[in-house]
Amino acid sequence: MTGLAIDDISMRFELPKGGSVQALKNVSLDLKPGELMSVLGPSGCGKTTLLNIVAGFLAPTEGKVVLNGETVVGPAAERGMVFQQGALFEWMSVRDNVGFGPKMKGMAPGEKREIVDHLLDVTGLGDFKEKAIYELSGGMQQRVALARCLANDPDVILMDEPLGALDALTREKMQGLVLKLWRETGKTIILITHSVEEALLLGERLLVMAPRPGRIHKEYRLPFADMGVNADLREVKKHEDYNPTREEILSMIWNMEEEIMGRSETSA
Amino acid sequence: MTILLIYIALFVGSFFAVKAVGNFLTAKSDFTSLKTVTFGDESAVRANRAASVMSIVAIFLIWGAFTGSSLVPIHAPGPFIGDTTFTYTATADGQSDEGTVRVIVHPVADKPEAPEMAPGDGFAKDDIALIGAWRSGLIRVDQNDELGRDAGAVVTAVNGTAIEPDGRVQVDNGVVNMTRRGTLNFTPYRGWQMEPVWLPSPETVFWRLVELSRDGYQNFRLLEHLGWSLLRVVAGFILGALVGIPLGYAMGLSDWFRGWFDPIVEFMRPVPPLALIPLVIIWAGIGEPGKIILLFLAALWIMTIAARAGVSGVKITKVHAAYSLGASKWQVMRHVIIPNSLPEIFTGARVAMGVCWGTVVAAELVAAEKGAGMMIMVASRFQLTDIVITGIILIGVIGYGIDILMRQAENFLVPWKGRA
Repeated sequence: MTGLAIDDISMRFELPKGGSVQALKNVSLDLKPGELMSVLGPSGCGKTTLLNIVAGFLAPTEGKVVLNGETVVGPAAERGMVFQQGALFEWMSVRDNVGFGPKMKGMAPGEKREIVDHLLDVTGLGDFKEKAIYELSGGMQQRVALARCLANDPDVILMDEPLGALDALTREKMQGLVLKLWRETGKTIILITHSVEEALLLGERLLVMAPRPGRIHKEYRLPFADMGVNADLREVKKHEDYNPTREEILSMIWNMEEEIMGRSETSA
Repeated sequence: MTILLIYIALFVGSFFAVKAVGNFLTAKSDFTSLKTVTFGDESAVRANRAASVMSIVAIFLIWGAFTGSSLVPIHAPGPFIGDTTFTYTATADGQSDEGTVRVIVHPVADKPEAPEMAPGDGFAKDDIALIGAWRSGLIRVDQNDELGRDAGAVVTAVNGTAIEPDGRVQVDNGVVNMTRRGTLNFTPYRGWQMEPVWLPSPETVFWRLVELSRDGYQNFRLLEHLGWSLLRVVAGFILGALVGIPLGYAMGLSDWFRGWFDPIVEFMRPVPPLALIPLVIIWAGIGEPGKIILLFLAALWIMTIAARAGVSGVKITKVHAAYSLGASKWQVMRHVIIPNSLPEIFTGARVAMGVCWGTVVAAELVAAEKGAGMMIMVASRFQLTDIVITGIILIGVIGYGIDILMRQAENFLVPWKGRA
């Protein structure tokens, strides 16, 4: 039983001032090894909660997450995480940040060094190995975050808006890098994003979630990620299916947002 | 008040002087110097080094000018020193006679012999009096007169000006007052300068420092006094940090520790360490244990709170990232929480060292056999103002030195502070 199974997860918690929130309701999902799924949805649809449950930071009130036959009970090295920003260790050099996972495992220094050097070269950080984190730009820092996650050789990589804080140009470059790393490493990836374009370009599967309660609204299977592995991402965007899909998803999310607004207006 | 006005005048005057000459000391051509908006942009306001230099010069100038220092070219008018005379008119049985009083105003420290003087003619004889500068003295002018107070003689005028009991007459280089009982009291002109017993001149303080470092004070060498104060601070601070930092971590990591120690820490934090001195003296006496316990208590709460704040300042994404990379609890502690809390702990340590230094001096003022505070306290009992000022300057210099060292250590050990 390989792959990641999200089995009928619900998440409900009480608010300090009374009342409760249904953050997720009956979410089920299966990912085969090597699949890249992007997750989209209006704010409040529970996508970050879902990711935190898979990572093991939160326990669902119902259902379970199973990875390679084992139920997830907490964070562990086989589920790597890439955060939006601020998750790097400023007191370590770039090299030590990337080597953190291997070091925690007690890997021999020589072996660790080999892995770290290789990943730093792959992510284009070869000239910045000994730099301090605060000396790097935001894009560089996210490259370090990707390399650090890969150095641990996890089965699943969970990305929580990893490119959200970057400028448009850097973001486009990094999208290419994510696709390249995905293809080279063959990792299972769940990518949360706010950008419909990013979700379309990177997601082999694309999940649209709906809010209140957080649930799966619709799933797509898309060809663009495969194309993007070999072609320029701007070429991919010229594909005839790209824009119609984009419009469809955009209006879907727009409708959800409007529904929320309308609902809160009537209730108010 | 006059000194304040002079100080303000120096402040304003030097500002315009520097503006007129052009600010060669701070002229820079870096990025900040190109900013046009500086009023309201705190980062664009850099200390004007010319002003800093002139500020220090101004302090020494005023200090020297008002203490008659030989290092300073200009002086405030000093007290009158030298010979002066005034005459008095005594009246008895309807007849009057005039006598002369010669007053020798001498520096307080060296009192001269009174010279011989011819008594003059008439029943009111001439007098001579010795009065120290900044002092005043009663002059019983009728004491040597042929017709004295017992014979009904009264002084009716000074320098020809009529005077009554409780009256006063301005004379050369001073003022003559008459007491209620009719005795003259001469107060020589005091000038604007401070008497050394209030404020000694800068060079007096300097030479006193040289003397202290050579001969010591109150059975201990100067370095011993200062060294003991520092030793107490370091010992108390290290003990406080050794207990406070782990306690703070525990409070940041465990609900039981937080719940248990919260009331204690929150209660003890606002109690000034100085308020504990009496209790510590009762419990541990005035010896070293008492001092170190006091400084331990002064540092303890500050370090506890700093460490707790350090833990709560760790971004949760860093902790999550470390767990996701396979770190155990201890590895998260060792590689994430401790390094991440170092900046907070250093800030706390700087505050704690400052508080400890202040507390040790205060504790030594109360009771000690040696130490910087004890030195100035004993000196003040003997009115040795120069030692008091020397001590205050040394205390300030050491406190400043401690802070600089802490900052250096901080820059060296936590270079990422403020840049994350």
